[in-house]
Amino acid sequence: MTAHAVEAPHVRSRRPGVGTVYVWELRKLRAQKRTYLGLAAAFVVPIIFVVALLVDTGGGGPDEVPFGSYVRETGLAIPLVCLAFGSIWLIPLIAALVAGDIIATEDQNGTLKTILTRSVERRQVFAGKLLAAFTYATLALALFVTTALVLGGIAFGFDPVTLLTGTRVSTGHGIALIGGATLSYLMPVLAFASIALLLSATTRNSAAAVVGTLMASLLLQVFGALAALDFLDPYLLSTQFNGWQGMLRDPIDWSPVVRAAWVSALYAVPCLLAALMTFVRRDVAGG
Amino acid sequence: MSVADGIPIEARGLVKRYGDVTAVDHVDLTVGAGDVYGYLGPNGAGKTTSLRMLLGLIRPDAGTAKLFGRDPLLEGARALDGVAGFVEAPRFYPYLSGRRNLEMVAALDGDGATGRIDEALDVVELSARAKDRVGGYSHGMRQRLGIAGALLRNPKLLLLDEPTTGLDPGGMRDMRLLVRRLAGQGITVLLSSHVMGEVEELCDRVAIVRTGRVVYEGSLHELLASTAGRYTLRTTDDARAAAMAAERPGITDVRFADGGLALQAGEESATALSIALGEAGIGIAALVPRTATLEELFFRMTEGDRDQAAPAEPEEVLR
Repeated sequence: MTAHAVEAPHVRSRRPGVGTVYVWELRKLRAQKRTYLGLAAAFVVPIIFVVALLVDTGGGGPDEVPFGSYVRETGLAIPLVCLAFGSIWLIPLIAALVAGDIIATEDQNGTLKTILTRSVERRQVFAGKLLAAFTYATLALALFVTTALVLGGIAFGFDPVTLLTGTRVSTGHGIALIGGATLSYLMPVLAFASIALLLSATTRNSAAAVVGTLMASLLLQVFGALAALDFLDPYLLSTQFNGWQGMLRDPIDWSPVVRAAWVSALYAVPCLLAALMTFVRRDVAGG
Repeated sequence: MSVADGIPIEARGLVKRYGDVTAVDHVDLTVGAGDVYGYLGPNGAGKTTSLRMLLGLIRPDAGTAKLFGRDPLLEGARALDGVAGFVEAPRFYPYLSGRRNLEMVAALDGDGATGRIDEALDVVELSARAKDRVGGYSHGMRQRLGIAGALLRNPKLLLLDEPTTGLDPGGMRDMRLLVRRLAGQGITVLLSSHVMGEVEELCDRVAIVRTGRVVYEGSLHELLASTAGRYTLRTTDDARAAAMAAERPGITDVRFADGGLALQAGEESATALSIALGEAGIGIAALVPRTATLEELFFRMTEGDRDQAAPAEPEEVLR
């Protein structure tokens, strides 16, 4: 047969890009209830911690963690203690909550084919989702630290804080250091989000991706607790949650911060590349 | 770009395997501009898999698929410019309103698609429910929203995968009217379906697939016309009539069927037979020319040796 042919539709030079995908990923997150679960946890956990301290009139603190013995002296110690506790499971879980869901849920609901038959490339969709997941993890961590700082300050005062080296610094200086510590802490958080994103792309199952990330976090901590595996400790992602402590020294010890950066990248980059390759090359057959 | 490159759909040797199962087996499709093309096959015949390959959602194990001369696997989203549609049921975000969903896909389309939202909602008659969450939409409303989403792309080619599945009779009628109207506007339509009446009503060309293979591709009119020349005959003495018919030139395949006779004959031979029967004193109760329906042809082609056009009772072939 001879098929009728027409001039092919014009290929447009101006097309939507990563920014458009990113904005709409944020809008979708804003419209979903589950988004607020993680943010609520980031908000409530510091409140519970401070209330528990206020209720406990024994006068002590969690001495086993850095700044644990200062929690009643200054509210500035509260976010630092919360950071230490949060690394066990809370923060990796919050990071995984969206990153583990952001691809898998589209697969399960069949909406992936809806967005992949529009005018954006798969790699752009992936980048937009990655940025949205990172934004969420960053926002949740910022909320966690800010809530702890504000509530701690209200409960125990915005007083100068004593650093790990024994130096006492002003409140303003202390808050700046807490900001720096949070940025250092963010690096392994984003690495865990990257692991969750990989699991989201490969398992195509939200629950598996979120639980898988949490299991990975706990497993790394188990490795860190085993004396026989001490040699692995500097290279464990969970260990990098302690890198921020270098910021709370005088002078600042950058080595744990720098290590946190490259070890986190060592975990995150291969995960993201594998996730990208999976996402770009995969068959979208569901839904 | 040459005119030859502008063929809306040109698939050659498409193959898709899942383990030992070959879902699509060397499928060739050619859909010309302005065609309303029916892609027919039973469930599991590979229709949806073929559509997914056309849209670049899955990778073929062999073969190529080009839309207006562009391969989605090689050119990505650019190959889909001017192309829209959905495979299986259209899917949207249930927690967003219909309008919000369209705003999102329009943003991902660019090219002024956002400005076409109101018009698209009007076309599918969803304007009144546009602010409601899609989670509360009926199946039919989601199908219509899928069409609206496709129209935002201002398509020259529309791929629709069983768009009337799950709709009530009114919804099916509305959907057919909509497809016909869009086709009337010059949009090339590929309609995957297993609803024969729908395809017969809407399409001018068809491909019929069976277990992943195309068993017919061409004009629907020619396909139906190819079965012309079949007659059903009922007389006052079928046994004598059968004997006479079997001896006459130009008449073949005489069978007892449906409480009468079935035979293959040209118009002149059938006329001559009727005269001869009258002269022999055999009364003719009915002599009806019979063209196979698309459904009958579909079953013949997709169910192997089973002849759905045959009557339930066994036939005796006289000649």
